[in-house]
Amino acid sequence: MDCHLDIFFLEAVLNGILLAGLLALLALGLNLIFGVIDVVWICYAELVMVGMYGIHHAYKAGVPFPVAALIGIVLIALAGAALHHLVIRPVLDSAPINQLLVTGGVLFLLQAAATMAFGIDFKNLGIRLGSLGFAGMSFSWSRVITFVVALASMLALWLFLSRTYIGTAIRAIAQDRQIMPLMGVDSRRVYLITSAIGGGLAGLAAALMVLQYDIYPQIGLQFGPLIFMICVLGGLGNMLGGFIAAFIIGQFIAIGGSCMATEWGYATAFLFFMVAIFIRPQGLFAAKS
Amino acid sequence: MLELRDIDAGYDGFQALFGVSMQVAAGEAVAVIGANGAGKTTLLRVISGLLPASAGEMNMESVSLRAIAPHRIVEAGIAHVPEGRRLFPRLSVESNLKMGAFAPAARARFAERLDYVYSLFPRLKERRAQLAGTMSGGEQQMCAIARALMSGPKLVLLDEPSMGLAPVIVHQVFDLVRRMRAEGYTVLVVEQNVSQVLKIVDRAYLLEVGRIKTSGPAAELLASDEIRKAYMGL
Repeated sequence: MDCHLDIFFLEAVLNGILLAGLLALLALGLNLIFGVIDVVWICYAELVMVGMYGIHHAYKAGVPFPVAALIGIVLIALAGAALHHLVIRPVLDSAPINQLLVTGGVLFLLQAAATMAFGIDFKNLGIRLGSLGFAGMSFSWSRVITFVVALASMLALWLFLSRTYIGTAIRAIAQDRQIMPLMGVDSRRVYLITSAIGGGLAGLAAALMVLQYDIYPQIGLQFGPLIFMICVLGGLGNMLGGFIAAFIIGQFIAIGGSCMATEWGYATAFLFFMVAIFIRPQGLFAAKS
Repeated sequence: MLELRDIDAGYDGFQALFGVSMQVAAGEAVAVIGANGAGKTTLLRVISGLLPASAGEMNMESVSLRAIAPHRIVEAGIAHVPEGRRLFPRLSVESNLKMGAFAPAARARFAERLDYVYSLFPRLKERRAQLAGTMSGGEQQMCAIARALMSGPKLVLLDEPSMGLAPVIVHQVFDLVRRMRAEGYTVLVVEQNVSQVLKIVDRAYLLEVGRIKTSGPAAELLASDEIRKAYMGL
C-alpha cells in the first residue's frame, strides 16, 4: 500500500473518471434493455467483442477508422435487433432464469464462434493517438476521446428518450406494458427498436474500446461481470443509477490500481459491490419496485 | 357508429361474454351497467382490442375492428380510458398526453389538441411538468380522459370513471362526462354507480353474467323496479 495525496493520486482519480465514462456507456445499453424489455442480455459484452472484431477487420481492409466505427455500430445494432427477434421474443413470457440461460447460451456461442473465426491471438488496430499532458499529468488521448464521445452519446440518448414520440413510448412501455395498444403503439416494434439501440450502444462502445484495448475472444469476460455489477449496483433498469455507479466503480478500480496493483483495484470494486448489495439488495439507487 | 353482433370473448378457459349485440349511434351517450364480474370491463377491452373476441362481428363506422391489429383501433376513432386510469406514473402529465397522440395522424395535430385539452382542463396545464403518479385521483382521471382525447377520437370508452374517487370528485367526473357529450363526443361508459350514470346517458344496456339482459332509454331503466332493487339498493 503506497498512497499519498499527490499528483499521481490526482492522476489516478482523473483516469478513474475517464474509465467511468466508458463503463457508464456499457451499463447504459444493458440497463435500457432491462428497463424496457425486462430481460438481461448476459451476452452484452460479447456483442461488444463481435463489434470490436468487425471494426478491426473493416479497418484492416483499408476502410478509414470513422467509417469502420460506423459499420461496427450499425452491425451490432442489427445484431441486437436479431438477438431480440430470434432469441428473446420466444422466451419473453418465460421465467427469468430461462431468459438468462438463453442469453448465456448466446454468450458462449459468440465466444466459441469468435475463437473459431479469429483465433485466440490478441489483435490491435495499431492506431496510436499519443497522450495529453496537463499540469504535470498525462492522459492518453484515446481515453479522453472515449470519455467525451461516451458522454455525448448518453446525452443524445437522453434527448431522444425525452423528446421524441418513440423515445417517450420506450419510457412508457417500461411502466405499463398492457395498455400500449390503447395508445396506438405496437409493442413489438418498440422492443425491436430498443434492442437495436441497445446493440448500437454496444457497437459504439466497441468502436471506442478498439482504440484502447487489444481484441481477443474472451474480452467479454473481462468487461461483462463489471458491466453487470455496475447495473445491479445502480439498480437494474435505472439508467441514472447505473451512470452514478459507473463513476463509483471507476474510482475503486483507478485508486485501488494506483495505490496497490491493478488486480487489487478490481478486487476492491467487487468487495465494495458485495457489501453494498448486502446492505441494499435492490441497488444503491433502485427506482423500480 | 359502433355495432357489435353476437360477440363472444373470454380468458383462458373461461368465457366472459356470450353473444353480446349492441349499437351506439353518433352523438349518443350509452351506459353499460351490471354487477361486479358481469363482463362490463371485458366488453370495453374487446372493443378497444386489448382482448380479442372469439366470435361475432364488430364494426366502427365502416371498419371491421376484428380485422385490424389492436394498436390500429385507436386510428379508427376509438379511445379507451381504462379502469383505474392507468396513467404512466413516472412520466410527466405532458408526456402522458403525448402518448395519447402517438398515432401518426394524431402527431400532426399534437399542438392544436394540447391547447384544446388544456382549455378543457386548465388544472392539467398548471401541472404539465408534474409526474402523473403524484397527482390526486380526480386530477389523474382528468389526465386519463385528456390523454384519450389527444388521439382525436369520435367514440370514447370510459371504464368506471368514478372508481376510487371521493364522492365530491365523483360528481365532478360525471359533470365531465356531460361536458364531453356537449363537445360532440360519442360516449360509451361502464359504471357500477348505476343511479348516477343513468342520469347522464341516453340509453343503457344491462349486462348479467356476460349476457345482455335488457336495454332501453335511461329514464325507463331508472324507473324500473327490477333495476332499482338489484342495482341501486332501493
